[in-house]
Amino acid sequence: MCLSIPSKVTHIDEESNVCTVDTMGVERKASLDLIDQPVVIGDYVLIHIGFAMNKIDEEDALASLEVYREIIEKMEEEDRRQAILEDDNCPNRG
Amino acid sequence: MSDLQLKDLYDGFRDPDTIKAFKKIIDEDAKKLEHPINIMEVCGGHTHTIMKYGIPQLLPDNINFVHGPGCPVCIMPKERIDHAYVLSMQEDVILVTLGDMIKVPGSNGSLQDARSKGADVRFVYSPLDCLKIANENKDKKIVFFAIGFETTTPMTAALMDTVIKQDIKNIYFHINHVTVPEVMRELIDSRDEHVDSYNHQIDAFLGPSHVSVISGSKIYEEFPRDYKKPVVVAGFEPVDVMQSISMIVKQFIENRCELEIEYKRLVSYDGNKKAQDLINIYFEKISLFKWRGLGNIKDSGLKLRDEYAKYDAEVIYKDILPIAQIEDHKLCICGDILRGMASPPECTIFGTACKPSTPIGSCMVSSEGACAAYYKYGNLL
Ligand code: SF4
Ligand code: SF4
Repeated sequence: MCLSIPSKVTHIDEESNVCTVDTMGVERKASLDLIDQPVVIGDYVLIHIGFAMNKIDEEDALASLEVYREIIEKMEEEDRRQAILEDDNCPNRG
Repeated sequence: MSDLQLKDLYDGFRDPDTIKAFKKIIDEDAKKLEHPINIMEVCGGHTHTIMKYGIPQLLPDNINFVHGPGCPVCIMPKERIDHAYVLSMQEDVILVTLGDMIKVPGSNGSLQDARSKGADVRFVYSPLDCLKIANENKDKKIVFFAIGFETTTPMTAALMDTVIKQDIKNIYFHINHVTVPEVMRELIDSRDEHVDSYNHQIDAFLGPSHVSVISGSKIYEEFPRDYKKPVVVAGFEPVDVMQSISMIVKQFIENRCELEIEYKRLVSYDGNKKAQDLINIYFEKISLFKWRGLGNIKDSGLKLRDEYAKYDAEVIYKDILPIAQIEDHKLCICGDILRGMASPPECTIFGTACKPSTPIGSCMVSSEGACAAYYKYGNLL
């Protein structure tokens, strides 16, 4: 029953306090009654049963993605080093 | 200001290379573990991700999952469904509820069965849809059968708030909201009554994250502090789960026992104050709530405060709501599954008498239930 797919706010109706969001290309409406931060068009929010629950913290999201990229790079480097070391130790090297 | 794209979010947190990178880190770290660790994922959303992406197969042998209480649908006892059933059978009632609830069998059948007997039962995507139904059916009583953990409670409170502010006269509430820390405590505390090794079944928790979006991570503070069980509040994407496991493993090898948040992009320590306040205005704790398979758990349920009794279907329909206590099906081991003591294939009727088309326990009914997840993704086992 829970979707964790982020949605992008595309429109805000101030009067009804309802926003329109784009969730992977699907347009939906969601109430802003429960969100405790200001929301502007372009924000990413988490929608749960018809309500915007929280803004997705872009800085944190980007920081995580950056950390992941670094981990992969480091891994690859280690993989490379490992491969070279193994190669170095290879008795068949001649 | 930012260059965040929806695509980055989807791809980034599902990226196979990142998953593999975490697998490597976990594999290395797990070699340093002194004993195997069992991680309970409390929430069905995590069970789903874990099964769908085959995460158990990615992990070394000394890291295991135990599936927890899962989903509000899985834990709804037949007694409450029977309430909904009886209410839906009232001529002037339209019973409204969310999600898979409609398929969960009660002792007379499910809400779907009630519907086939002529009851007006409606499934909505959002509690707010009740407003439209109420407006279009002024001669009917709309009973909202409210379900869910901390995640969905504020939405019910928001509906209540609107009903009062707009003085809507035909919406009533049947409240089945339950709270997560109490059940986690029960799962740890109940060890004495159960198999002696039970306490060792849970070494750490993946904390339900949508619950914490509302309540903040602070609700899990007692588990590392008083019970020496680390908690990592984890997001639902496979990378989130892998990173969270890695964080748990690191805690063990570094001899730490802490509450950490992996899902920082949505969860804070304090959570959503506005939602919490709204909950406090309308709800209070009830002393006992029965969880399907787990029995009565102290302080684990909510009810409308007495001043709102005129909206409370349990008060208004007191005379017709059944009070009988009902035992679960003899062969169904949902209780053990919800306690993290058994896994679905251990049930003798798993996949035979009990499958999604003919569910016996609600672990099979809810699409997020452990049995349903095993049935659907079982080929990954
Ligand atoms: S409703 Fe969703 S988020 Fe809440 S416990 Fe169930 S699966 Fe988890
Ligand atoms: S397979 Fe069915 S009967 Fe067995 S534990 Fe799961 S839900 Fe219960």
